[in-house]
Amino acid sequence: MATVTLHVGPDAAHVRVVRLVAATFARRAGVAEESIDEIKLAVGEACGMAVSALGPDAEGRLSIELHDTVGVQVVVRTPVDLANQSAPDGGTGLVPDGLDVIRALLDQVDISTGPGESVVAMSWPGELGRAAM
Amino acid sequence: MDLSLDTRTQEGRTIVEVGGEIDVYTAPKLRECLVDLVNAGNYHLVIDLEGVEFLDSTGLGVLVGGLKRVRNHEGSLLLVCTHERLLKIFRITGLTKVFPIHDSVENAVADSSGASS
Repeated sequence: MATVTLHVGPDAAHVRVVRLVAATFARRAGVAEESIDEIKLAVGEACGMAVSALGPDAEGRLSIELHDTVGVQVVVRTPVDLANQSAPDGGTGLVPDGLDVIRALLDQVDISTGPGESVVAMSWPGELGRAAM
Repeated sequence: MDLSLDTRTQEGRTIVEVGGEIDVYTAPKLRECLVDLVNAGNYHLVIDLEGVEFLDSTGLGVLVGGLKRVRNHEGSLLLVCTHERLLKIFRITGLTKVFPIHDSVENAVADSSGASS
């Protein structure tokens, strides 16, 4: 099982880099093309929430593990509690936060949040996994 | 790809043509554009998302913020979008019930003009 791990600081510009690396990794792992946009969105939501919560001057770093299983598993670890972060809609209550978007997108997601750390583990099947489903 | 923003007027409506990616990095630029337009008295906006490659919840938040601002002035904010990858995000967040989404700028302008006339 191949694994690529990225470590990035809380810079909003880095979120796009992580999305693109995750998408490229997923393609190589055999994930169907129609899931690639979903991967970019889910990874972007998890990292974007952490970056917004931390702020650019924070010292903590995000860790993004990409595992080539039969398909791909992405584990985003953040040095911040992603629960109870305000949604990005200026208090209108109309836009769900990033974690809710991820839950709506994916069946295979495990989110754990707590003081000082959150872990978002997301999986997408490859073509083999898809065929066996 | 960065975010591109082009603004023009068509039949009394302000068209904002957005291109590139709207995410946590670029969304502030779009927010600033919408705030400036409303502050300058443009209360009927059509946001053309046909050139958008990526949109996340941060971008949705900016669009909702824009809608809130124009409604404070009895205005309107309509979207143009035909890309399924973006429409899916509006659907899963329930925002298809909040934003009128059209398949062309012409249809959006016609709807906006009809609604406010």
